[in-house]
Amino acid sequence: MLKLKSIHTKYGNIEALKGIDLNVKEGEIVTIIGGNGAGKTTTLNTISGILKPVAGEIHFLNKDITQWKADKIVAEGLIQVPEGRQVFPNLTVYENLILGAYLQKDKIKVSKKMEYVFDIFPRLKEREKQLGGTLSGGEQQMLAIGRALMAEPVLLLLDEPSLGLAPIVVQNIFKIIQDINKTGTTILIVEQNAHMALSIANRGYVIETGKIVLEDDAKKLLTNDEVRKAYLGG
Amino acid sequence: MLSSLFQQFLNGITVGSIYSLVALGYTMVYGIIKLINFAHGDIFMVGAFIGLIISIKMGTNFTLVIFIAIVLTSFIGVLVEKIAYKPLRNRNSARISALISAIGVSIFISNLVVLINGPQNESYPQLLPNNILQILIILISIGLMYGLYYIVHNTKVGIAMRAVSFNVNTARLMGINPDMVISFTFAIGSLLAGAAGVLVGTYYRAVDPFMGMMFGLKAFVAAVLGGIGSIPGAMVGGLILGLTEVLGVAFVSSSFRDAIAFGILIIILIVKPTGLFGKKTKEKV
Repeated sequence: MLKLKSIHTKYGNIEALKGIDLNVKEGEIVTIIGGNGAGKTTTLNTISGILKPVAGEIHFLNKDITQWKADKIVAEGLIQVPEGRQVFPNLTVYENLILGAYLQKDKIKVSKKMEYVFDIFPRLKEREKQLGGTLSGGEQQMLAIGRALMAEPVLLLLDEPSLGLAPIVVQNIFKIIQDINKTGTTILIVEQNAHMALSIANRGYVIETGKIVLEDDAKKLLTNDEVRKAYLGG
Repeated sequence: MLSSLFQQFLNGITVGSIYSLVALGYTMVYGIIKLINFAHGDIFMVGAFIGLIISIKMGTNFTLVIFIAIVLTSFIGVLVEKIAYKPLRNRNSARISALISAIGVSIFISNLVVLINGPQNESYPQLLPNNILQILIILISIGLMYGLYYIVHNTKVGIAMRAVSFNVNTARLMGINPDMVISFTFAIGSLLAGAAGVLVGTYYRAVDPFMGMMFGLKAFVAAVLGGIGSIPGAMVGGLILGLTEVLGVAFVSSSFRDAIAFGILIIILIVKPTGLFGKKTKEKV
């Protein structure tokens, strides 16, 4: 479904991605784990068209989307939940969700989708008229995911959904991510919380300084000695 | 005495509501691309001249005059954005470059009008009945501001405007095309300026190609007073500026007219640089 071939991305003169190869198949949960500055967020932003690669190709649903603009990629159903949630603090919960469905012209579909999101996250329904900036961290993560669901993702990219959240909230969020996957949405999740990510994923990639250094079934990565030492605390 | 005070209040609110209309354009553009669009005052002037030309050629039907003026000014505003600012933005140039470009556009537009129509003052036709002129100007301004408020709060593109002003890249992840939203912002801001131009012409019964300079600067002061980037701030800032100016002229001296406006700017920058409704912003490093 998604294929990256030897993707190189630069910030000015600094090469942040040095040839990323990666593929995600329909129905999977795939995770990319790695430390700070390894290139996880850069990879997702390159896929989403926020950054342009200097070399390599990205294919999504058999189309070459390498040079596409971000809004066109969203229209294809490739949706990202950005790092740090990036809920619009100056907009209400309702308005945040409406923006998630920005490209959907059919109002009936939008309101049905919103009911679906409120079903998954009843808390958001209670907070519908509150400003996004007044929500707690966990609620903001729910809103960020709910907002992405409004766009009817075919492939959902999640950038560190566990960041800054209490362990119990993280478990809840990951449970919901699994549920979303079961409804047929493919998921690519980037995490520093390697244990959590590998425990729900089918396959995993390990990224270090802009390169994929390891790729395997998630279960095997969980028991891999190097991964355990570097990312799972021994 | 009391009726004269009431009359001065009415004058102040009339002028102030027109300042508000122009200030909104400054504040909206700043809110979305952090640019002080110094050509905005000249769009206002062009609006006044389009109104003049239409009323000479097609008669003094106010609705028709203001309608054509706002359609054309919003078109010109978008054109300025596409020609003078967008290329700079796409190259990630420094903010100062866009500011210099804006000053260039301002000089270009006012001199273009001189070239077409000559540098002289023109008298403006009477477009609205004299006895209720001020009330009508105030009502039209309120109507336009309500329209703006409605768009910004109740339409998808209005919500998108606020999203882009918070974070462009996150907005793009929603499928929003920022260029489209920015063009829309320029269209709305220039539309309000064009309407203000026709209203000023109708009110003072005179226009000249350089009227946009001083009026634009004062509207900018109003935007800063209210807190640049804040829509309610621009509305309130315009009213405060108009009232202070008119009351100052009436009760102190008319030679202080401009000093009052810029005195307010200096005081605001010293006492509360973020303006009345402005929020403290953290510069991202």
